[in-house]
Amino acid sequence: MAETTASQKKLVKFIITRQDSPDSASYVEEFEIPYRPGMNVISSLMEIQRNPVNVKGESIAPVCWESNCLEEVCGACSMVINGKPRQACAALIDNLEQPVRVQPMKTFPVVRDLVIDRSRMFNALKRVKAWIPIDGTYDLGPGPRMPEKKRQWAYELSKCMTCGVCLEACPNVNDKTDFIGPAALSQVRLFNAHPTGEMNADERLDALMQDGGIEGCGNSQNCVRSCPKGIPLTTSIAEINKQTTKHMFKQWLGV
Amino acid sequence: MLIFENVVYEKGVRQFMKGYYARKLHSLLGVIPLALFFIEHALTNFGAFEGGPSRFNAGVKLLNDLPLVLVLEVVLIYLPLLYHGVYGLYIAYQAKPNNGRFGYERNLRYLLQRVTGVITFVYVIWHVYETRIQVALGNVTHEQLGSVMHDIVTQPVLFTLYLIGVISASFHFANGIWSFLVSWGITVGPRAQRVSSYICMTLFVLVSIMFVLSLIAFRRVEFQEASVWIDTVKSVLS
Repeated sequence: MAETTASQKKLVKFIITRQDSPDSASYVEEFEIPYRPGMNVISSLMEIQRNPVNVKGESIAPVCWESNCLEEVCGACSMVINGKPRQACAALIDNLEQPVRVQPMKTFPVVRDLVIDRSRMFNALKRVKAWIPIDGTYDLGPGPRMPEKKRQWAYELSKCMTCGVCLEACPNVNDKTDFIGPAALSQVRLFNAHPTGEMNADERLDALMQDGGIEGCGNSQNCVRSCPKGIPLTTSIAEINKQTTKHMFKQWLGV
Repeated sequence: MLIFENVVYEKGVRQFMKGYYARKLHSLLGVIPLALFFIEHALTNFGAFEGGPSRFNAGVKLLNDLPLVLVLEVVLIYLPLLYHGVYGLYIAYQAKPNNGRFGYERNLRYLLQRVTGVITFVYVIWHVYETRIQVALGNVTHEQLGSVMHDIVTQPVLFTLYLIGVISASFHFANGIWSFLVSWGITVGPRAQRVSSYICMTLFVLVSIMFVLSLIAFRRVEFQEASVWIDTVKSVLS
């Protein structure tokens, strides 16, 4: 009984980097919230939302964040927790060193507090045509079949949730480069592996052989170490390196 | 009209610099011819360790006896070196290292590749000035290069700088081969990249040892022979 009382009194300290608007300066605010078993960073932010009082006892505007699925498949709650970019919903407080430092992923424009704008990732998917065109003016019939063995590794690539963690971890994604980032490169490998998607493989490779394409990769390989879905991003990048190299020679020698 | 052309030109240059082919050319030149030249240089220098001045001078003579030697130098060394070096500085400038947050081994090599690249760039300019440019200016002959090196590496500070230079260059060379293999899609999977890491880092150690041994060899008295003559030249120049 005494133990329960002790754990109820236990507090978890948070140091959160906040920002009121896209252009304003960021600042740090500290919070102490009651410990609950099994709590994670999102449930902690919800607690702050319920009782928006900082460690000094001041009543403040609650911390803003984004989240949807709460099971690490949507990619919305990416933030930097104790120095590493990851999904806040899967960041259990029991596994984190305290105080817990939470920051927005500043590789992306910050909208407010921990909310970031990941538009560049969706624009990147459009740029590389990360889809399979199947529409026609008449029934095109069934496409070619995909070998089961290929489907198995391609499925791993399809787990990408465009969360942006790999871009945050990459030293070559910054304001001095246009590098598209690891996620879109891996999606090109996925769609180029698909038997129907393969028919448009060259278009996707052409898109990666322009400004800010695959040449931006500097082989630091932080992406593959950081991906919350365990996607073999560096294998994808090297495979796309191979495909673009072949494509380049084909273009030169074929004309 | 001129302004317009300038804008187009500048835009063109910038687009090339940011583009796929510029980076690919940088990567290719790093291996062919620069890495090959680097191995050749390591071997010639190692002659100094293996057989002293006569062996080293034989190596220098062999190279200088090649037909069209100046053309070979310009096309296979100077131009590729200039492009690789200048574009490399641009790559180093673009990097935003995050090794504090991501202390992984590959990320450390990413940083070292850029740091050693910049060191090598400065070192090569200095080294070429002291050797090849002095030959071109007629201050020394090819046969006296051994004693030029002797005079440099017998000074402790310059010897240290040379050690830093050759070890940086060796790392940049070996790790550059590793990333070349990735960037051209030759080593694709994690196992291939791991094995090529072991091979390239072994290569780094071996080539470093070769260069360091050559530098130590140049410190021997036997390389001193022509130094009196050099002193005369220096006193005339100053």
